[in-house]
Amino acid sequence: MTAVDAPPSTSVEVEDLQIRLAGGADVVDEVSFRVRPGEILGLVGESGSGKTTVALALLGYARRGLRITGGHIRVGGRDLVGLGEGELRAVRGAEVAYVPQDPAAALNPTLRIGHQMREALAAHPDAADDPEARIAQVLVDARLDLDSGILRKYPHQLSGGQQQRVAIAMAFACRSSVIVLDEPTTGLDVSTQRHVLETVRNLCRSYGVAAVYVSHDLAVVSGLVSQVAVMYAGRVIELGPTERVFADPVHPYTQGLLAAVPTPERAETLIGVPGHPPRPGHRPSGCSFAPRCPYAEDRCRAQNPPPVQVDGRLVRCVRASQTAGATPRGGQVVAPPAVRTETLLQVHGLDARYGRFAVLRHVDLRVAPETCTAVVGESGSGKTTLARCIVGLHANWSGQMRFEGTDLAPGARRRDKEVLERIQYVFQNPYTSLNPRKTIRQIVAQPLAHFRALGARETDERVVTALGEVSLGADFADRYPDQLSGGERQRVAIARALVVEPTLLVCDEVTSALDVSVQAVIVELLRRLQHERHLTMLFITHNLALVRSIAQEAVVLCDGRVVESGPVEEIMERPADPYTVRLIQDVPKLAHRVGAGSGGASPWSP
Amino acid sequence: MTSVLVPDSPSPAPAAVRTRRRRGSSTLARAARTRRGAIGLALVGIVVAIAVIGPFVAPYSPTAFVTSPFAAPSGSTLLGGDVLGRDVLSRVLAGGWLLLVMASAATVFGVVVGAAAGISAAYLRGSTDGLIMRSVDVILAFPSLVFVLLLVSIVGPKLWLITIAVGFVQAPPVARVLRSATLDLSERDYVKAVELQGMRPAKVMSSELLPNLVSPLMVELGLRLTYSIVIMAGLAFLGFGQPPPAPNWGYMIQENRIGLSSNPWAVIVPAALISVLTVGANTFTDAIARVVIGVERQGDDATLASTLGLGNLP
Ligand code: SF4
Repeated sequence: MTAVDAPPSTSVEVEDLQIRLAGGADVVDEVSFRVRPGEILGLVGESGSGKTTVALALLGYARRGLRITGGHIRVGGRDLVGLGEGELRAVRGAEVAYVPQDPAAALNPTLRIGHQMREALAAHPDAADDPEARIAQVLVDARLDLDSGILRKYPHQLSGGQQQRVAIAMAFACRSSVIVLDEPTTGLDVSTQRHVLETVRNLCRSYGVAAVYVSHDLAVVSGLVSQVAVMYAGRVIELGPTERVFADPVHPYTQGLLAAVPTPERAETLIGVPGHPPRPGHRPSGCSFAPRCPYAEDRCRAQNPPPVQVDGRLVRCVRASQTAGATPRGGQVVAPPAVRTETLLQVHGLDARYGRFAVLRHVDLRVAPETCTAVVGESGSGKTTLARCIVGLHANWSGQMRFEGTDLAPGARRRDKEVLERIQYVFQNPYTSLNPRKTIRQIVAQPLAHFRALGARETDERVVTALGEVSLGADFADRYPDQLSGGERQRVAIARALVVEPTLLVCDEVTSALDVSVQAVIVELLRRLQHERHLTMLFITHNLALVRSIAQEAVVLCDGRVVESGPVEEIMERPADPYTVRLIQDVPKLAHRVGAGSGGASPWSP
Repeated sequence: MTSVLVPDSPSPAPAAVRTRRRRGSSTLARAARTRRGAIGLALVGIVVAIAVIGPFVAPYSPTAFVTSPFAAPSGSTLLGGDVLGRDVLSRVLAGGWLLLVMASAATVFGVVVGAAAGISAAYLRGSTDGLIMRSVDVILAFPSLVFVLLLVSIVGPKLWLITIAVGFVQAPPVARVLRSATLDLSERDYVKAVELQGMRPAKVMSSELLPNLVSPLMVELGLRLTYSIVIMAGLAFLGFGQPPPAPNWGYMIQENRIGLSSNPWAVIVPAALISVLTVGANTFTDAIARVVIGVERQGDDATLASTLGLGNLP
């Protein structure tokens, strides 16, 4: 399905693409779109939506266990579906190039950059008459400094951002007409990310390449692409010009997704999408979104909604005419009680090391009771080390830490049981923080058994209550972690921390492994719990946009030093340190924000 | 593969959830259902059945002289006579169970000691690790049979000593395997989470780490059983087993080899039984290992994909 009339020339055209599991169930179905030269299409969706599967199919590639079973993928007039492996190999690189998420996957660590680029060009002799000139040209266009001797360097001598730009330059060097970029900026710092995005934009425009940009990050996509295709459960559910889709989404899923994106510009509550997507092959009949959709009615479940044209875009929703303009908007965060002057946790002159390498230098931090303090920093800033020093996982530090007026010993083994109980920690990755061999009941009961030694009945009651507080039913208690989704696992981790009623909850990047719609739910959950239980919270994050939604105080870390600290409003509105200023500038923001005023009559409950 | 596509795979239907899964036994069951596993299990089963039922169905006493030395098979002695004119069939039927019991006991002992050493070394690190692993290196420097002979010749050929000695030489390789498996596990966040509760190291190892080491442990058990049988039979061949009149497959090969030309069955049958047993045990172990690796690879992919939100081109 395409939103525009047949374009004069199309670089890539996907029509009714269907990809099936070996077992027969389809994971991608009825996917159609077109991209013209010089245009970028954003393929967005959450994990499991099939976006990467579609992206790989553009190279004629299907992962193990999958098969392209129907439809057409036309690149330069040639249909890739049904081509043999040999022919496909000729197409890849020459006609379609791929930039993976991890540049290390694209670059050979044992060869110099120049050597690799020459090799890539040698494989496609038609690409350039003078390979050297071509290489120099793309590297300059990718804003890499030739004079720095980059051609003679090995990949490990470059920074992550430089590596990714080299990988992108390599993809463009061979004059392929289509480039597939698979989340190339995930894992990069915001400033680097912004530069890489600019590189992609410039290269696509000046080389007339059609690009497909796969991402889970709506803010990144909004500023880059001209058309966006939103995927859900293997289908494109909304496709159209970026400004239209982002400023006034029509499909209820797109609306929910956009409402879940945090913004650094305002202190808004976030609205998540309840429930979770179906597993591929387990799609409900009719509209796949129906179980989570606030508009769902009987006819939605009858058949898969065909795409309908609404306001310049294609939408798969039978109620598209009624849903327009009803995107929910988060409410203003209720002004928190004034920050108290007492101190719960005081960190003074903290120096932390890994071996002989200093990670934190003279960090000062004061956390008032019953407030949420955000610790913000990019990767390598030492924010996680700070959290680990506080909870007792990292013992190699000097300085002073006082909690409720008493000194904290370095390392959990040297701390009193009581202190361990009062400071609880939620780990970043819910996929590794729960023991796969234990049931949820055992996991949540563990701290109770250790700290409280209650009877079996009471332990059980408290476990069920704790699960209830994180909105998990009692039926979750007997499941194993691998039967839970990422968001559910993170709730279990939060329940495990809260079951012993701690004073201080340290949350270390707790949403970074989660999808944006789930992130919103978890952030709102934490805010609610903090409020209800008068918790003090330390919220470690790299995501500046989140800070405003949850914290009252913030500390900005850079290279192991505190560069700025104070009330969140103050820091976000009037950042004093140049580093903070740059950070706030570079955070990707939704370029087209849903208009204010909408949302009044929305059936989405916040 | 499905898991790769569904990083954030939602919970399955409640009905499936309620059946509590015992993962260890399901791995064994699945291994037994593979072709390889079924063959291995069948081979082991045949030999075990002979050794267990044998003593009750033997036509003669294993120590009774019923025929002439190295008599050829006949109607009354189906496998002929041995070096002293005893019935080979009866001795074969009666001579297996002790070997099996001793080999199994030695295996369990060796795997328990080795696992305890390996897990502690990996989890406690530091000087404990150094001490345990250097001892392992020292023991491994001797060929295991030589080491056992050394021990047995010092104290004398007691059956319990042979069992412990054979078990003891199995421990070092087990320790190495379990150490590397544990090193990886002990950095996992769920281990850190219980450390933050101040849980004692012994408890962390037994309740957090051990349940996650069931798969490598099962593979090691199978593998070590194979070795134990071979060493036990070898020791018996050299005369370190039950004292002579008692039947023993290993010793039968030794005592009857001089009559190989007159009655080869007295050597071939016990040798074949030992071979079938080891091949069977090894095949089944291999099946377990394949199931485990298959399972684990899938799990890793799922974790990776869910962490990154997607997978890369291979
Ligand atoms: S209104 Fe109906 S068709 Fe539209 S998204 Fe909701 S459930 Fe699907």
